[in-house]
Amino acid sequence: MIQIEYILLISAVMMFAGIFGFLTRRSTLAVLLSIELMLNSADINFAVFNRMLYPDGHEGYFFALFAIAIAAAESAIAIAIMINIYRMLKNISVDKLQKMKW
Amino acid sequence: MEYTLFILLLPFLSFLFLGICGKWLSHKTAGIIGTCCLAVVAILSYTAAIDYFSLPRLADGSFRPVSPFDINWLPFFNEGLQFKMGILLDPISVMMLIVISTVSLMVHIYSFGYMHGERGFQRYYAFLSLFSMSMLGLVVATNIFQMYLFWELVGVSSYLLIGFYYTSPAAIAASKKAFIVTRFADMFFLIGILIYGYYCGSFGFNFNAEGFAAGGFMLPTALVLMFIGGAGKSAMFPLHIWLPDAMEGPTPVSALIHAATMVVAGVFQVARLFPLWIEYAPDALSIVAWVGAFTAFYAAAVACAQSDIKRVLAFSTISQIAFMMVALGVCTEITTGHEHTGSLGYMASMFHLFTHAMFKALLFLGAGCIIHAVHSNEMSAMGGLRKYMPVTHITFLIACLAISGIPPFSGFFSKDEILTTCFAYSPFMGWIMTAIAGMTAFYMFRLYYGIFWGTENKELHAEHTPHEAPLSMTLPLVFLALITCVAGFIPFGHFVSADTRAYDIHLDWGVAGTSIVIAVGAIALATYIYKGERQPVAEAAAEKFAKLHRWAYKRFYMDEVYQYITHRLIFAHISKPIAWFDRHVIDGFFNFLAWGTNALGFQIRGLQSGSVQKYAFVFLLGILILLFILIL
Amino acid sequence: MDSQNIMFVILAVIIVLSSIATVLTKSIIRAATYLLFVLLGTAGLYFLMGYTFLGAVQTMVYAGGIIVLYVFAILLTDGAKDQAAHKKMKDASWGVVIGLVGFLTFVFVLFKQELFKGIAALGAPTEPTGAANNSIDQIGHFMLSTGEEGYLLPFEAVSILLLACIVAGLLIARKR
Repeated sequence: MIQIEYILLISAVMMFAGIFGFLTRRSTLAVLLSIELMLNSADINFAVFNRMLYPDGHEGYFFALFAIAIAAAESAIAIAIMINIYRMLKNISVDKLQKMKW
Repeated sequence: MEYTLFILLLPFLSFLFLGICGKWLSHKTAGIIGTCCLAVVAILSYTAAIDYFSLPRLADGSFRPVSPFDINWLPFFNEGLQFKMGILLDPISVMMLIVISTVSLMVHIYSFGYMHGERGFQRYYAFLSLFSMSMLGLVVATNIFQMYLFWELVGVSSYLLIGFYYTSPAAIAASKKAFIVTRFADMFFLIGILIYGYYCGSFGFNFNAEGFAAGGFMLPTALVLMFIGGAGKSAMFPLHIWLPDAMEGPTPVSALIHAATMVVAGVFQVARLFPLWIEYAPDALSIVAWVGAFTAFYAAAVACAQSDIKRVLAFSTISQIAFMMVALGVCTEITTGHEHTGSLGYMASMFHLFTHAMFKALLFLGAGCIIHAVHSNEMSAMGGLRKYMPVTHITFLIACLAISGIPPFSGFFSKDEILTTCFAYSPFMGWIMTAIAGMTAFYMFRLYYGIFWGTENKELHAEHTPHEAPLSMTLPLVFLALITCVAGFIPFGHFVSADTRAYDIHLDWGVAGTSIVIAVGAIALATYIYKGERQPVAEAAAEKFAKLHRWAYKRFYMDEVYQYITHRLIFAHISKPIAWFDRHVIDGFFNFLAWGTNALGFQIRGLQSGSVQKYAFVFLLGILILLFILIL
Repeated sequence: MDSQNIMFVILAVIIVLSSIATVLTKSIIRAATYLLFVLLGTAGLYFLMGYTFLGAVQTMVYAGGIIVLYVFAILLTDGAKDQAAHKKMKDASWGVVIGLVGFLTFVFVLFKQELFKGIAALGAPTEPTGAANNSIDQIGHFMLSTGEEGYLLPFEAVSILLLACIVAGLLIARKR
């Protein structure tokens, strides 16, 4: 069986890649992609903790399941907003979206 | 006697109704509502008086105070010190109820004619109702704090009514002057109340003796401070300066507030606390006497030289109120009886208050008719008016005779009692007051002749012929004149006396005779000087004593003294530096705070960039730092 | 080295390389494609752990649904032309610092603090017993039961959330 640490290591790589992307990307859609990465890494963690530490339980399993559903909902809304913004401002770059700032 | 509550409630409701809905009412409706309320109040007051005085007397022959209501309104920190609101009926408050409701009703009726067609008619009636409510509340107060509350309400309504013609700068200045001067005096009243409450443990009039004995010197102090408050309201020297200016208000208001009711509040207050004065501060009582005596003399002297008829009446009011104060001040004991002349002053003072309210209201209302007719306050515009205004003439004459102390009019009886008391106190005081009574007769008849006899101002009268006032104005005159004629025969001592036991008024013919002789002499002198078409004697006298005349005409420059003290001394040397301190140091500090916050905000504005990524960066940095702390 | 481990290594390499590529590539459409590989790799991990239903959901929802959504969104906006992802290296450097420092801290904690020492003592994780092998019929049972192990309430909540998202998505993105 695979050791838990290795899987956590992989999810950590995903998480910090996501953080890096979140902090550095300029396109809003790219930022959203980074968020998906981070969410995914969290999902992996739930599943792996459930599987490796409490094989008879199923809480982490369901948590991951619901998290996927919520992630889907979230990205649907986010993308709808992005499309709307793009329609209005012709731009979705993070540093250009300043219309409602002050 | 629970219905006495309506005596306060009705004018208050009338005030609210007229004040809120007044502008949708016609003049007539508003006036009728106000007058009807007051009529009901007057009827209730009379009923209350009859009910109260027909109650059985106590064993020692005194009246029992009745308190139909006494609600605990504001409980303070300890049990004894509570702020109650209620109604207290005892001889003087019942007497005051009659005075106030009668005069107020007369003024309400009179105002129909006098204020006819004025702008703000409804507002005027609303304020009259407010004043009536406050004044009635003042006299029936069960404790000194309630009295103070209504005292201030009275001050406010006086302020509002003096400034009724708010487009006239003089009226506004006068209303502010009245308000500020009386407020200044009320400050002392409040301090006195607080000292009283502290040592007495109660604000009530039940005069708990233990507390006072512990108070020692503080109780006379409290009483004197309260007297200063009363002196402010009652226009005693040197706080009298507001009253002559208050004549800027409508004349019926002057009759009601500045002659009959509000200005006697100070006298009423001293009378209310009279047992305390006698028991604990008999020495301080002489302050009251001498302040009153000086004020009486000063006001009488000034009244002799004024040319504005309302000013003359105002100074005569001051002088007469001072008479009442003197009467209270010269009292030396509280036990009533024929051998106890020391307590006579109390009764005399209240009696004079009663009669004076009637005849002085009559004088003012008469003056109102005259002003209504000639459209001027100056005596030069008058003269020879007796042909045009017979009713006013007769009633005014009755009032003048009453105030001069000519029998059988009411003023004679009350003034005679005052003089008797003064002679009992000291002959010196007696002679002073007799002389002032003579001066009163002189200036009143100077006024009378100046208005109704003397040279007629033909040009002015040709332009606008004076005419008798309408019925709504003459009716109150006749009514008050009737009261003035008969009030002297009321066995007043049976109802009101220092310890509320019955007392038969009997005339001391020595004193009475002297005062009649002096009054008649003064009237004769006034007749000699002022009755004729020309007045050579008066002009000669004015020329010979030009300086004195000028001083009296200028009211001995009291206003100028006040101007000097307030503007040159207080404003320039105290208020200005304080204002500077306030503007520059206190405001400056807060401006600095605001400026500093603003500047800081500009400096740190950059952090609040609105960029989610920067926020996330800071957030993660924080997490990392926390993580390091946890690991290490 | 059994087949599981070989599979794990392959998946690990795919996930690590693809996730790094996702955030480093300049073209956003490529980033979406790399993300697809990451998500598929994750699904593979789930399969490897025996969570077949979760893996299937991951594949369907993420790989099949969300990524397609993203690609459409990128095509609908000018995201495809977004070439200036790392225009300023100064900004990126901070992200690198945070990412690397964070990752290293994590690794340090993971291996040096010996978080799972107690679990290692338990021996190799056991296979799930029959009662909890998370077969599809069991999952369905859990999803719709209200008992102690039931997930009906979250299930309904998520249903409502999704409904709300559908309505909101339509409302926000519709042409005015």
